[in-house]
Amino acid sequence: MEKTHVTATVNGDVKEFLCDPSDTLLQVLRDELGLTGTKEGCGSGDCGACSVLINDRLVCSCLVLGVEANGEVVETIEGIGNGDKLHVIQEKFLEHAALQCGICTPGLVISTKALLEENPNPTEEEARYYLAGNLCRCTGYDKIIKAVMDAAKTMREDA
Amino acid sequence: MTSHVIFSSELQKRTGVRATDVRARDYRSLVREITDRYEGLSPADVEDMSVAINGEIIAEPMLEKISPGSEVHFLYRIEGG
Amino acid sequence: MSEAQDFKYIGQRTIRPDGHDKVTGRANYAADLALPGMIWGKILRSPHAHAVINSINTSKAEADPDVFAVMTHADIPNQTASGIQNILAKDKVFYHGHAVAAVAAISEAAAERALSLIEVDYSILKPVMNIDDAISSDSPILHDDLFTKGMVEEPTAPSNVASRNELSKGDIQAGFAEAEVIVEREFRTATVHQGYIEPHACTVRYDEDGHSMIWCSTQGHFAVRATTASMLNIEQTKLNVIASEIGGGFGGKLGVYLEPVALVLSKKSGRPVKMQMDRNEVFMASGPGSATRNRVKIGAKKDGTITAMEAKLFYEAGWAPGSSPLGPACMTVFTPYDVDHQYVEGFEVVVNKARCAAYRAPGAPQSEYACEMVINELADELGLDPIDLRLKNVAKEGTQTLYGPKLKAVGLVECLEAAKSSAQYKAALKKNQGRGVASGFWFNVGGESSVVINMNEDGTGTIVEGSPDIGGSRASMQMMAAEELQMPVESFSAIIGDTQNLPYSNPTGGSRTTFATGMAVVEAAADVVSQLKERAAATWNVTPDQVEWKDGTAINTNGEGVLSAAEICGSAAKTGGHISGRGNISARGASPSFAVHLADIEVDPDTGKTTVLRYTAIQDAGKAIHPGYVEGQYQGGSAQGIGWALNEEYVYSEDGKLENPGFLDYRIPLASDLPMIETVIVEVPNSFHPFGVRGIGETGIIPPLAACGTAVSNAIGVRMSELPMSPPKILKAIQDAS
Repeated sequence: MEKTHVTATVNGDVKEFLCDPSDTLLQVLRDELGLTGTKEGCGSGDCGACSVLINDRLVCSCLVLGVEANGEVVETIEGIGNGDKLHVIQEKFLEHAALQCGICTPGLVISTKALLEENPNPTEEEARYYLAGNLCRCTGYDKIIKAVMDAAKTMREDA
Repeated sequence: MTSHVIFSSELQKRTGVRATDVRARDYRSLVREITDRYEGLSPADVEDMSVAINGEIIAEPMLEKISPGSEVHFLYRIEGG
Repeated sequence: MSEAQDFKYIGQRTIRPDGHDKVTGRANYAADLALPGMIWGKILRSPHAHAVINSINTSKAEADPDVFAVMTHADIPNQTASGIQNILAKDKVFYHGHAVAAVAAISEAAAERALSLIEVDYSILKPVMNIDDAISSDSPILHDDLFTKGMVEEPTAPSNVASRNELSKGDIQAGFAEAEVIVEREFRTATVHQGYIEPHACTVRYDEDGHSMIWCSTQGHFAVRATTASMLNIEQTKLNVIASEIGGGFGGKLGVYLEPVALVLSKKSGRPVKMQMDRNEVFMASGPGSATRNRVKIGAKKDGTITAMEAKLFYEAGWAPGSSPLGPACMTVFTPYDVDHQYVEGFEVVVNKARCAAYRAPGAPQSEYACEMVINELADELGLDPIDLRLKNVAKEGTQTLYGPKLKAVGLVECLEAAKSSAQYKAALKKNQGRGVASGFWFNVGGESSVVINMNEDGTGTIVEGSPDIGGSRASMQMMAAEELQMPVESFSAIIGDTQNLPYSNPTGGSRTTFATGMAVVEAAADVVSQLKERAAATWNVTPDQVEWKDGTAINTNGEGVLSAAEICGSAAKTGGHISGRGNISARGASPSFAVHLADIEVDPDTGKTTVLRYTAIQDAGKAIHPGYVEGQYQGGSAQGIGWALNEEYVYSEDGKLENPGFLDYRIPLASDLPMIETVIVEVPNSFHPFGVRGIGETGIIPPLAACGTAVSNAIGVRMSELPMSPPKILKAIQDAS
């Protein structure tokens, strides 16, 4: 099958790559661009480990084709934070011990960013429902939700 | 002074008794003593077992010293998830 | 130690040293490694639950230009290696998803396509899918050579019952004769999966020159090395296994599935090979946890004194005999109770499902669920508070356990008292709401751990340990080293050594890491301290016993002088070479952790849907090194147990095919399914550990089953006896009762 030339802005950099029309964005990110921070947990859009933002919209990158990224702005976990300076969400995840094995963490950080951009002051229930697409098997979500609520508070205060 | 040895239910099928008193200074001599005493019990039967000496579970007891008056339990090796 | 100690570093909530990498996506997990020239491996799996393999024809796949290697069972060099038939089936497939052959091709998609070119001729057999069928006299027999072990009389015919266990103390008949009230019930639990989010994966490179490498996600890389080296007849020194970061395990990553296959494919193709299971392969072919059928009978006097406890347990092993956790199931079932007369009989049964793997406190959740449900019913019968009934019969220091030793100091009384005085226990319930309380017990294990602390020239130290970090254990290792050396936590980094860096370490499992590897860290740190004192003594020309180590510095007690670790390490070359401490131990003295949980659940009577309103997990940690990650274990175990109780189950078709191998239909708890999980850390120190640590990782999954089971039963006024309590089952129970 002939490959398609794709140009996309990934974490602020203009990236060009050749992509099989059947490749998912997840495969492109991980295997072509070496951005392995985006994880694969299921390949069917059920676990959220592969969450990324396309034009600020939260998606499972396993359900998006690589060619669909053409001309779009993609943000992955590698683009969160500023160099060595962590994003508030990342800091709060660490402070609250909101990760154990850490495989779901990149997806949850991305989803939390999307949540707080849409709704800077979520209730606990709103946060739980917004993040219901991101499975975590280790934590029981308690510390994740606490980190999210604390990050929201800090971001509101800093805004 | 002797040590009190308590067998697991499985080992009781081989020894015919639940417990016995043994004069032994260390684990190896204790095993020698009980396998001599009970015909149905061979060293292989206890080889893969842990022991608890006075409540302290020891997975690899081969070199263990046993002080007089100790209580020694044979039990299955426990693994976890 | 037995008294409470004052700690300088232990007990703080430090930031884990691997945290930055894990929140930025830099941490490398199993699927994250690519090597130059790498190709992709895939496994062909059986579409049948039970069938004879007549032939496998790989010639078309081999002729495919995108394919570099094809293999079957026959390509594994050591045909007598243990576990070989689970790696690739030989003459028979025993479950839907059983690995049959493998290919390596230029891309993942090409490998997938090539699988369809392999022709397997099967003769389909009737599958055996549950305990009732397996033990019935007209059941198909899975293994012609399987004769039940542990029977009083030697069996003469093969059976699907692999083994029989028996444990007893006291006189069970006398115990029941004393009873004034007896409750007897049978319970069933479904096949469940550990549900780690990271699928099994590895990248390997076979090297003729003796430098073969496996990069994989595992709870125990030394076990991966042993299994793979044995199957391929390779000396262990010629195979390095590197443990990647691990995306969850819960017992399910103790086994080996892909690595020997990948290494054979690499050997045949001359290329590095990467393999990654799809999520449906994870559900079909890894895990699961045993389905069970358990009967428990308990007798008591009217004042609540329990006189006798009896259990008859049936555990599925999957297809492979010896794979169920029947032993610990029998040993744990009654441990929270100090009762003289106890009897347990257990049976392991083979069925046409994947070989069962360990799952967090393997065996204990199912058997203790049955016991705790009966205890709660007994409390109702006796008109006693369920916590008071437990306290009246509570296991404590000196209690003779059914499985062996007398208990040393344990914290069950403290947990029960904390439950009784908790805010949740006092809160009022509304209509359609119910509350359940349950205890849990797990032994915890010790075992072998190897640690090296390499001191750097600036006085900082690198801890090299052999326990893959699943839940923040690097942080506890740092803190324990800091405590022993009286130096700041930040003075230490902690890394997981590969199988060539360190001697053997047992896997991360059995709640052993902070306990046993922690002990090895303390021993290595003490070794460093004694060397630092020797070097300081040499500098001052005094004897080492004239040097005191205090607050991270050496003090000359025989004159003037203070030397920091940085000063001693900086001039170590002058005093005998650089310093490293070693702790290679076979840890003893692992001590149990007891827990008590409270669940409040509301049931919608029209739909059977459950809502967990409130949940409290109380557990004895001995000593919490990092309280944040201890609470995290309690909460995570609670969530898994809640999922087990309410939703999770394997669903099979009539012909034994797994119908829900995905997260959409095998429904683990979501953020929106759970409330905050309140925690109480009880600390009754383990006298065998220098800081008092017990293991804490596993116990938390045990109590939720009966806590939720009782809460739902109380909410609907019908005693539920089957897990999961999914909405259709609850609705049926309500309708049957009305």
